[in-house]
Amino acid sequence: MNEQNDFDARLRQARQKQGLEKADAAAAEGSQALPGSALRIGMRAGVEVVSALIAGSGLGWLLDRWLGTFPWLFMLFFVVGGAAGVLNVYRLFNPRNGAPR
Amino acid sequence: MAAEGKTIDALSQFELTHAFGPIGAAVNFTQSNAHMLAACVVIVALMAWGMAPRAVVPGRFQALAETFYEFVENLVAGQVGHEGKRYFPFVFALFMFVLFGNVIGLLPFAFTYTSHIAVTFGLAFLVFLVTTVVALALHGKKFFGYFFPEGAPLWLAPIIVPVEVVSYLSRPISLSVRLFANMVAGHVLLKVFATFVVLLGGLGFIGPVIAVLPLSVNVLLVGFELLVAFLQAYVFAILTSIYLHDAVHLH
Repeated sequence: MNEQNDFDARLRQARQKQGLEKADAAAAEGSQALPGSALRIGMRAGVEVVSALIAGSGLGWLLDRWLGTFPWLFMLFFVVGGAAGVLNVYRLFNPRNGAPR
Repeated sequence: MAAEGKTIDALSQFELTHAFGPIGAAVNFTQSNAHMLAACVVIVALMAWGMAPRAVVPGRFQALAETFYEFVENLVAGQVGHEGKRYFPFVFALFMFVLFGNVIGLLPFAFTYTSHIAVTFGLAFLVFLVTTVVALALHGKKFFGYFFPEGAPLWLAPIIVPVEVVSYLSRPISLSVRLFANMVAGHVLLKVFATFVVLLGGLGFIGPVIAVLPLSVNVLLVGFELLVAFLQAYVFAILTSIYLHDAVHLH
C-alpha cells in the first residue's frame, strides 16, 4: 500500500510539473459546468425554457380539461411556465444553496 | 420528404420497422427493440466477461469495464455525496444504456433508439419517478417544502409554488428533449451530407472532385457525433445525479 501511495505522490508531482494537474483541478471544481462552448450552454438554456413552457401549458391544459375552464388556466399556466423557464435558467447558473457545483 | 430518386431523405432513418421477420411482426418487435436488446447484451457481456479475470493488473476489457464503473461512481459520489452509493446501480444502468444506444447507433445500418422521444421520455420519466419516490420516502411530508423556499414571504406563495411545481415538472421534459434533439440533429446532419456526396458524385466529370468536400465534412461529423454520444450520456447521468442530490438533501 505504501508503495502505491508513494507512486501516487510522485505521479502528482510529475503531473504538476507538466501543468496537467491544473486542468484536473478546474474540471473537479466545476463538475456541473459541462465541457463545451457557449453554444452548448445556450442550447441547454433554450431546452430548459422550452421544456418549462411545455410543462406549464400542458398542466394548464389538463386542469382546464378537468375543470372545463378553457382557455383561462391554460393562459395562466403558460405565463407560469415562462416564469419557471426563467427560474430553470437561473438555477442553471446559480444552483440552490448547498448543491454542489 | 419523399424517398424519390434525387431528393434528400433525412427522416426515413428514424422509421420503425419490424425485426425478426413474421415473428417480430406478430408481436410488434421493432428494430429499435432489437437494438436495445443488443445494447443490453453488449453491456452485460462487457461487464461479465471483462471482470471475469479479476486481475490486479487489468487486461484491456477489464480496464474498460473498470473505467466505466469508476467514472460513474465518481460522478454519483461527487454529486450526491456518500449516501449516493445506494443509487449507483440505477445511474450506472441508465448511463450505460444511453451511452451504448448512442454509440451503437453510429455504426452503419444500425438504429439509434435514443433518437425517439418515446424512449428518452420513458427513461426521463423513470428518473422523475425514482427521484420523487426517494424524496418522499426519505423526507415524507417535508418534501413539499421543496416547492416553497424557507424565508420567503408567505404572501408570495401563490406565485412561487406554481412556478416551482412547473419547474419541477419540466425536469423530465428537458432531460428527454435534450438527448432526443441531440441524437436526431446529429443523424439528420450525417444523412444530409451523405446524400450530398451521392448527388454531387453523379454530376459527370467534375462531380467526384466536389463530392470530396461533403465527404470530408461527414468524416469530421462522425467524430463529432461520437463526442456528442458520450457527452449526452454523461449529461443524462449527471443530471440524474443532481436530481438525486436534490431528493436526498432537499435544499
